[in-house]
Amino acid sequence: MIVDNIRIALAGNPNSGKSSMFNALTGARQHVGNYPGVTVEKKWGQASLDGLKIDVIDLPGTYSLTAYSQEELVARNFIIHEKPDVVVDVVDASNLERNLYLALQFMELGVPVVIALNMMDVATDKGIEIDAEKLGKLLGVPVVPTVARKGKGVKELLAVAAETAALKQGWRSLDISYGSDVDQALQRLVGKFNGQSLAWSPLSPRWVGLKLLENDPEVMRQVQQDPGLANELGPLQTELLDHISKTLDDDPAGVIADYRYGYINSVYRQAVQETRQQRLEVSDKVDKLLTNRLLGPIILLAVLYGVYEFVFWASEAPVGWLEGLFGWMGETMSATLGDGLLRSLIVSGVIDGVGGVVGFVPIIMFMFFAIAIMEDSGYLARVAYLLDRVLRSFGLHGNSVVPMIVGGGISGGCAVPAVMATRTLKDPKARLATIMIVPIMNCGAKLPVYVLLISAFFAAQQAEMMFAITLISWGLALLAARVLRWTMLKGESAPFVMELPPYRMPTLRGLLIHTWERTWSYIKKAGTVILGVSILMWAMMTMPGLPEDQAAQWDSKIQAAQSEEAKQVLEYGKGQAELGNSIAGRMGRGLSYLTAPLGFDWRTNVALVGGFAAKEVVVATLGTAYSLGEVDPEEAGSLTQRLAKEPGWNPLMAFGLMLFVMIYAPCFVTVAVIKKETGSWKWALFSIAYTTGLAYVLALLVYQGGRVLGLG
Amino acid sequence: MIHFESLRSLKTGENATIFKVTAMGEMGRRIRDMGLVPGVSVTMMGRAPLKDPVEIKLKGFNLALRNNEADHILIQQPEINSHDC
Repeated sequence: MIVDNIRIALAGNPNSGKSSMFNALTGARQHVGNYPGVTVEKKWGQASLDGLKIDVIDLPGTYSLTAYSQEELVARNFIIHEKPDVVVDVVDASNLERNLYLALQFMELGVPVVIALNMMDVATDKGIEIDAEKLGKLLGVPVVPTVARKGKGVKELLAVAAETAALKQGWRSLDISYGSDVDQALQRLVGKFNGQSLAWSPLSPRWVGLKLLENDPEVMRQVQQDPGLANELGPLQTELLDHISKTLDDDPAGVIADYRYGYINSVYRQAVQETRQQRLEVSDKVDKLLTNRLLGPIILLAVLYGVYEFVFWASEAPVGWLEGLFGWMGETMSATLGDGLLRSLIVSGVIDGVGGVVGFVPIIMFMFFAIAIMEDSGYLARVAYLLDRVLRSFGLHGNSVVPMIVGGGISGGCAVPAVMATRTLKDPKARLATIMIVPIMNCGAKLPVYVLLISAFFAAQQAEMMFAITLISWGLALLAARVLRWTMLKGESAPFVMELPPYRMPTLRGLLIHTWERTWSYIKKAGTVILGVSILMWAMMTMPGLPEDQAAQWDSKIQAAQSEEAKQVLEYGKGQAELGNSIAGRMGRGLSYLTAPLGFDWRTNVALVGGFAAKEVVVATLGTAYSLGEVDPEEAGSLTQRLAKEPGWNPLMAFGLMLFVMIYAPCFVTVAVIKKETGSWKWALFSIAYTTGLAYVLALLVYQGGRVLGLG
Repeated sequence: MIHFESLRSLKTGENATIFKVTAMGEMGRRIRDMGLVPGVSVTMMGRAPLKDPVEIKLKGFNLALRNNEADHILIQQPEINSHDC
C-alpha cells in the first residue's frame, strides 16, 4: 500500500554522497532557497516512483545533531517541526562507524529512518564487507545498499522509503544505555514529565532528558518556556550534571557520546567484516604529495593561480558578449526614444543596471564551477589544511584564501563571487571577517583607476606601483581581519576539526548542478536590489537638471559653435555643469570640507560617489567633471594628461586617492551580495562604513604625513 | 601513574589508541562527533607545512585538527601499553 504526498527528508554526513543521492532522486526538478531566518541553504525537489510523486527535502550535511552549529540545528528543527514521513540517512559504507553516529541520533530522536548504505563500491574496494540485512536487523531500521553516483539502488531506496512512510508507524525513540549513571539520571528526569509528555510530542521525555544532560541550549530554552517544568527540571539537571561529572570525571556529553560509539561499535562488529588490513590507499599517496612541506605550497599556489586564470579567461568572451548586447540595447533605445529624462532613465538607469547584474553572471558561473571542482575533488579541504596556520594568525580560516584570491588577490578579481565563495567556510566568525575584508582586494574595476593615476603620476615605476598596490591590499585586508576579530567579531574561533575526504573525480552532472543553482540564486536575489540602487544612482548623478535659463544658455552657445571641436568642448562643459548641479555634485561640494585635508576637491568627490555604482565609474565621472566628456575607462589618455597638469594633483595626492579607491565602500552589487550572504543589513552597512572610515584615515595620513615630509 | 601523551606528540607514521578526550563544550563535542573517542586507534599521517594542523587517520578516514585541539586528546602508544601489561 502506498499513500499520497510522501515527504522524505534526506540527511547524512558531508562527503557521504548525499548530494549525488539528492540529484539521483530528483533529477533536474530541484529548488533552492534558504531556511527562514538563517543563511543555511535549503534544497528540495520531487522524485517519482511508479507515478507516485515524492517530495524530497535535502537537509544540510552534518556529522551530528547538536545545537552547536546552524546546520545541525536547522536539520534537527526541520525534523521536529515539519515531521517528514521518513528520514533517509545517506551513510558512507566505506566509513560506516562515524556515519552511523548521525543515524543513531535520528533513531534516538524517534523519527522513522531508512538508511541508504551508500558508496558500497568504495567499501568493497577497501575490503569492507557489510551484511546490509543484518545491519538493518541490529539497528531495527531498513537498510538499502546504494551507489548514488551510478544510480544503483536508488529505485529500491525510494520504494523502501515509500513503504516505511506508508506504515505510518509514528515516532519511536531508540533507547540505548549510556551507562548506569546517565541511565539513572535519565530516569529521574523522565519522572518529572508525568502527564506532560504529550505536550512534547513527538519528542520523548527521555530524549529531552538526554539533551538536558548534554547541556543542549536549544532544548533548555524550550524547557524554559514551560515554567512549571523548568522549575522541576532545572535544579535536577544541575545536580545530575554535577554528579556525573564528579563520579565519571568526564563531561557528561562526552560520556554519552562514548556510549553511542560503544553501541555503534558492537553493531559494526556483528554486521561488518574487514577482510583486509588498513593500508595506504591511493588517496593517501596523492595526499603525501599534495600536502608535502615543500611541494604542497607550490602546488597550492599553482592551483589558486590556475583557478583565477581560468575564471577570468573563460568568462572574458561571454562578458564581452553581454556588454555588447546591453550596449546595443542602450543604443537602440537611445535611437528610438527622444532626448530627455526618460531616455536617460532607461538607458543609464535600467539597462546599465540590469547589465551590471547580468554582466557578472559569467564570472560567477565559472568561479563556482572552479570551486565546485575543488570542493567535489576533495582539494578544498587540503587548501584549508595547508594555509590554516597562516590565516589563523589573522583570525581567519584556511579556506579564507579562496575568496581573497577570487576577490582580487591577484589584481583583477571581483568581490561579488568572492563574497559568495565564503559559503565554504564553516567557522561563522571567520566567514564574516572574510566577507568584510574581501572588498579591500583589488578587483578588476579598480584597475582602470590605478592605471589612470599610475600613468599620470608614476609613469616611470608602473610595475613597481602595481606590485606595491597588490601587497598593500593583502596587508590591509589581513590587518583589517585581525582587528575585526579582536573587536566586532571577538571570540574563539570555531573548532577546526575537519574531515579530509578522499580524493574523488567529480561528476560533470554534480558540477553543473552546483554551478547552476548558485548562479541562479545570485541572479534572483541580487537582481532586485541592484536594479533599484542602479536607478537611485542614476537619479543622483542626473537630477536635478540645470535650471532652464542655464540650460538654454549652454544650448544656444552650442548651437552657435563655429566648429565641431568647439561644439564638443561646449557639450562637455555642459556635462560638467550638469554633474556639478546634480545631487551627487552637490554632495561632492558639500564633502569637500571633509576631503580637503586629503587633497580631494569636489570633482574627485563626485567621482568617488559615482564609484559606488562600480569603481571604474570613477574614471568616467572624473572625465565628465573635468569637462572631457565621459571618458572610456580603457582609453583614458586625455584624462591622464589633464590630471598630470591639473593644479592640486600631485603624486602624493594620487597615491592617497589610489589607497582611498582600494579601500572605500564596496560597490553596491557587492553590498547587495553581502546583505544576502550575511542575512543582515547591519553587516552590509557596516561594510560600507568601516571601509570608508579606514580609507579616509589612511588617505589623510598619507597626504598630511607626506606633506610634512615634503613629498607633496 | 602512567603518563599519557597528547595526540600532538605522535610522530608521522606512528599508531596509538585514544585513552581520553579532555576537551569540553563545543570543542569536545566536535572532536567526539568525528569519532575521536576512547578506544579508537589513530595513525599520524603528517603535518601541514608550518607543523600545524596535523592530519590523522582513524577508522578508515582522514581528519585534520589543530595542535591545540590535538592537545586535548590523550593517547596510549603500543609500546607503553606492553610495558604496562
